Amino acid sequence: MPKLSYLKALNRALGDEMARDASVCVFGEDVRVAVSNVTAGLAKRFGPQRVLDTPISEQAFTSFATGAALVGLRLLVEFQIPSLLFLAFEQIANQAHKFSLMSGGQARVPVTYLLPGSGSREAWAGQHSDHPYGLFAHVGVKTVVPAVPSDAYGLLLSALRDDDPVVVFAPAGALGVREDVDLAALGPVPLGRGRVHRAGTDVTVVAVGHLVQEALAVAGELAGRVSVEVFDPRTLHPLDRAGLAASLRRTGRLVVLDDSNRSCGFAAEVLATAAEGPRLRAAPRRVTRPEGAVLPFAPALDRACQPGRAGLLAAIEEVTGVLREGGGT
Amino acid sequence: MADAELYRTVALVRGFERRAVELVRAGVVPGGIHPCTGQEAVAAGVCAALRPDDVVTSTHRGHGHVLAKGADPARMMAELAGREPGLNRGRGGSMHAADFALGVLGANAMVGAAVPIAAGAAWALRRAGSDRVAVAFFGDGAVNQGVVLEAFNLAALWRAPVVLVCENNGFATSMRTADAVAGSILGRARAFGIPALAVDGTDPRAVLAAASAAVARARAGGGPTLLECAAYRFDAHHTWEHTARPGYRSAAEEAAGRARDPLEVQGARLAPEVRSAIDAELDELLDAAVEFARGAPHPDPASALDHLYATPLVPVPVPVPVEPVPLHATEVG
Repeated sequence: MPKLSYLKALNRALGDEMARDASVCVFGEDVRVAVSNVTAGLAKRFGPQRVLDTPISEQAFTSFATGAALVGLRLLVEFQIPSLLFLAFEQIANQAHKFSLMSGGQARVPVTYLLPGSGSREAWAGQHSDHPYGLFAHVGVKTVVPAVPSDAYGLLLSALRDDDPVVVFAPAGALGVREDVDLAALGPVPLGRGRVHRAGTDVTVVAVGHLVQEALAVAGELAGRVSVEVFDPRTLHPLDRAGLAASLRRTGRLVVLDDSNRSCGFAAEVLATAAEGPRLRAAPRRVTRPEGAVLPFAPALDRACQPGRAGLLAAIEEVTGVLREGGGT
Repeated sequence: MADAELYRTVALVRGFERRAVELVRAGVVPGGIHPCTGQEAVAAGVCAALRPDDVVTSTHRGHGHVLAKGADPARMMAELAGREPGLNRGRGGSMHAADFALGVLGANAMVGAAVPIAAGAAWALRRAGSDRVAVAFFGDGAVNQGVVLEAFNLAALWRAPVVLVCENNGFATSMRTADAVAGSILGRARAFGIPALAVDGTDPRAVLAAASAAVARARAGGGPTLLECAAYRFDAHHTWEHTARPGYRSAAEEAAGRARDPLEVQGARLAPEVRSAIDAELDELLDAAVEFARGAPHPDPASALDHLYATPLVPVPVPVPVEPVPLHATEVG
């Protein structure tokens, strides 16, 4: 089977959907030359009327997309930098997202906002390294963070076909992931369904985006000692609460690995959801960026703020302490 | 005939606002409204220049625009009252009234926010090969919002068929235009190569003439035009002021502002019997609208989040089942 890279999967999904549906257009900065690579070849294939380079006016072009969507187009809006979402938060969270409810169901705003290279790219410093997916999940915007190429393809396809605004985060740390896939079998992946990448019985690790690979690596290291289930929510809103509950029923223990700030972050929501469910066998743990962190420039400082394998390993050992001490199942 | 139609629209909005304010006082309209009394000529003149398939976006002071585009006053009043048969099923209220079937893409409560939305819609309509146009209504307070100026730039660059209608009523809430705007409103548009014209916003005929030219230019592919329509806001920024009385303008100034009344400007162009026949027809229509709104059912609280999404969430969130696990039950070796 051919290897499909994560970036190529996004490019392929967008190209396939533009070929299938002539109403899909792309807005973004430098999208014709495809600085992010996601839109590579699309301007040539579909023409400049469907792939539009915008001036550096994120607020205006985000709401242009809303207006175009209200009269029948479907837009993909690419942002090169995740922090641009702060700039366009009004246009997404307070405008595009609210039209359906406020109009009593008259309006549809099918716009997908794509963030290729979200999170830290190392040494891009404070204003280029955020991972604000929790903000969008909090306000109710559909929020997607694919971890692997097949999901990047399938979730982007579903986002483009959805009649609501959807934010798709493609973490910088996941862009290099490659996967053996049967290209003919690629298809839409429904929003709101999680995925168990590795089954286990001792602890559920809920990992988001690029951290799924870290969780799988740690699960591999621990094989034979601790049986780790790696649960990838894939969509943060709507969250697959049923899938999460099923995993927790199997393992009874929980660690969340989330590349965003700790306080009021996505991991906090997962812990709260678990706390409202059946009692866990051990207090859950979350491995996140520090509370209220701003990522510093120097690579060692940047890395020091990011959740990773060491923190995950320590958290798993903590919640499965009984196992480690030989008194377990 | 055109004069009678223009008068009818001005009088319709005037009568609607008078009744809406009464319903605010009576507690039937929750939250209050931003009355557009005094500014009706802008809505009447601009919408008279449009076709039914053209689209508009409006503002927090938007009742006139929505009615002038053809919305049913009864369903509009029911919307203000938050009732199920309202235009938006009671989900939007005064500041978000919309009627997509009539091309009303919604009133918008964030100052200036709808300008890029209208321009984006205009761009998409032109791209689809149609000659439909969009109108963005906004106030003088919006011209200091960055996104509005960004939208001017993009609309001009992409030759979006949008008419930018600035209703300059002299005040951004309490702040006078002169205290808020460096340079000028017309100068902002001209800086982007957008033709801009000052219009008497109290004269429906003048507004219709200017809007017709701007709409024709947009239809022909000429791109955006800005019309700065000067009028005076007769009533409060918001009905909240009726009790709070912040007092940022004097009685003498208000009287001077009201001296030029679009209702009288246009009414004077009609034979008295024509005018009174329209007034009588509107009284009946608007009284019926009030009755309709008062009697309309309230939405069912169980439907509070209907329409939150156009594509429903899949799967429907399932509550975590309560399956108590005995404490430490599995740790027993």
